[in-house]
Amino acid sequence: MKKKLDISKILITIGMFVLSIFFLVPLIWMISAAFKFEKDVMVFPIQWIPKDWNIIENFKAVWMAEIPFYKFYFNSIKLAVIQTLATLIFSSMAAFAFSKLQFKGRDFVFALVLSFMIIPEQATLVPRFILIKWLGLYNTHEGLILMGLFSIYFTFLMRQYMLGISNEYIEAAKLDGAGYFTIYWKIILPLCKPILATAGIIKFIWIWNDYQGPLIFLIDKELYPITLGLQLFKDDYADNFAVLMMASLSAIIPLLIVFILMQKQVIKGIALGGVKG
Amino acid sequence: MENKVIKSSVPVNYVHKKTFWTNRRKEGLVGWLFLLPEIIGILLLYLFPLVFSLVLSFSEWNLVGGLQAIQFVGFDNFLKLFEDEKIVMALKNNFIFTIFTVPIGMFLAIILAVMIHTKVYMSSYFKVAFFIPYISSIIAIGAVWSALFHPSLGPINQFLAGLGIENTPMWLASPKTSLISIIIITIWAGIGYQIIIYLSSLASIPEELYEAASIDGASQLQQFFKITLPLLGPTNVFLFITLLIGSFKVFDLIAFLTQGGPNNSSTVIVFRIYEEGFQQFNMGYASAISWLLFLIVGIITLISWKLQKRFVHS
Repeated sequence: MKKKLDISKILITIGMFVLSIFFLVPLIWMISAAFKFEKDVMVFPIQWIPKDWNIIENFKAVWMAEIPFYKFYFNSIKLAVIQTLATLIFSSMAAFAFSKLQFKGRDFVFALVLSFMIIPEQATLVPRFILIKWLGLYNTHEGLILMGLFSIYFTFLMRQYMLGISNEYIEAAKLDGAGYFTIYWKIILPLCKPILATAGIIKFIWIWNDYQGPLIFLIDKELYPITLGLQLFKDDYADNFAVLMMASLSAIIPLLIVFILMQKQVIKGIALGGVKG
Repeated sequence: MENKVIKSSVPVNYVHKKTFWTNRRKEGLVGWLFLLPEIIGILLLYLFPLVFSLVLSFSEWNLVGGLQAIQFVGFDNFLKLFEDEKIVMALKNNFIFTIFTVPIGMFLAIILAVMIHTKVYMSSYFKVAFFIPYISSIIAIGAVWSALFHPSLGPINQFLAGLGIENTPMWLASPKTSLISIIIITIWAGIGYQIIIYLSSLASIPEELYEAASIDGASQLQQFFKITLPLLGPTNVFLFITLLIGSFKVFDLIAFLTQGGPNNSSTVIVFRIYEEGFQQFNMGYASAISWLLFLIVGIITLISWKLQKRFVHS
């Protein structure tokens, strides 16, 4: 009986494995194309393993282009790191006040803040664009960063998490003469490491993959993050798929590394944080 | 005894000060200080845009000439919505996009998740495999599919031609198939997320339920319909609503791959906002479309809160 069950499980595993390969084919094709000469990319039947390798030339075409890819990388890293850190700080500060400090009007303000979650970000693009122009931040990284400094959703998640932290830690710290800032920085934040890591990873991925924000708030190609950089490659290399695939591969690799290194947090974070927006 | 000693040793003016800065007041002040950045952010990036876009939606303005140049036009922008063929197209496309991506995505995801949860070895490999497209930048994914979907040279059409199909579809390049191409990419890229959500919910179903059911002679299929599916109810509602709202916000792939074309065949509501606001600079009309989006998403959200409450209580 038991053996029979195992056989069906093996068969299903094999079936699912084939399905998963089929599912991953677009990405496998991308990698294979990125390593080929352009003339071999669209050859049919597909050469999954290139006959002639052209990695270095393709790599050069992407990373040493007129605007080299590392510039886009640098811009993306800058935007993602600053916005991620800022969101973590501002959201955790607000969450600390909403969960661990007692004062009049707190719960009312919390409800009010939450109610803004209903607004789809895309519905406020026009006034945000005008605001950024007024502030003189159009076509700057600062403007784009300003848009991503806050997250109501993370504030909510962190508040829920902090509610689960016993108040005894805080009372004990108070008896030792710790001020509120010390309590926040030295006690609450370290206890919140898991949720900070989770939130930080999703925010980083969101910013890394953000296309709409940069599309609207930036015009200078020098300021482009990777997503808009890919757009340039798509426009400039409409007939050179090998280079375009090398660019796509270059854009995805950091995400894959983050994912492989921090699989658990990423999966947990995505399950918690859901779809961007 | 000890108390008295302490009291008398405190200077008079210190005691006086202390009566104002009671611990409660101090905590309140600190509380507001901690909230300050977030509150400024919300006023600036949520409340102000909301009010300002409402004002703009009743006016005409192309950014030229500053605020004085804003002309109030009453309900003109909203009336224009009903006559705008592109808006009708966009709403229709959003609708088609939703009815394809949401149910098909959920259906495939639930089957794959159940398989991964109980029926396979190396389940962590499968989690990763199906999740990788979701984690990858949708723009990079779009670039890959633009090559795969290439009308004459692309591997997909060469494969179809190899099967003997003569009029292979033009995919992204034809008004007939542009939207369906976007839908295929969206389902492919998004299914990892749905699988993850289902898996985390499946993990919380107690094993004993299935054991009891098999002892009673229930088949695997019966177990799925009588145990798994009902217990996934709240997850289904959650996913349905999240995906529904998400599908009305779809933009990136369309802006990147088709620019809403050809012939507006793949335009959607957010792309219309982008077109009117940031290509034509019709700030008033773009705001009116934004309010249409807000209304749609707002109604869905409110209904979902009601639904979720019911599910939580039952």
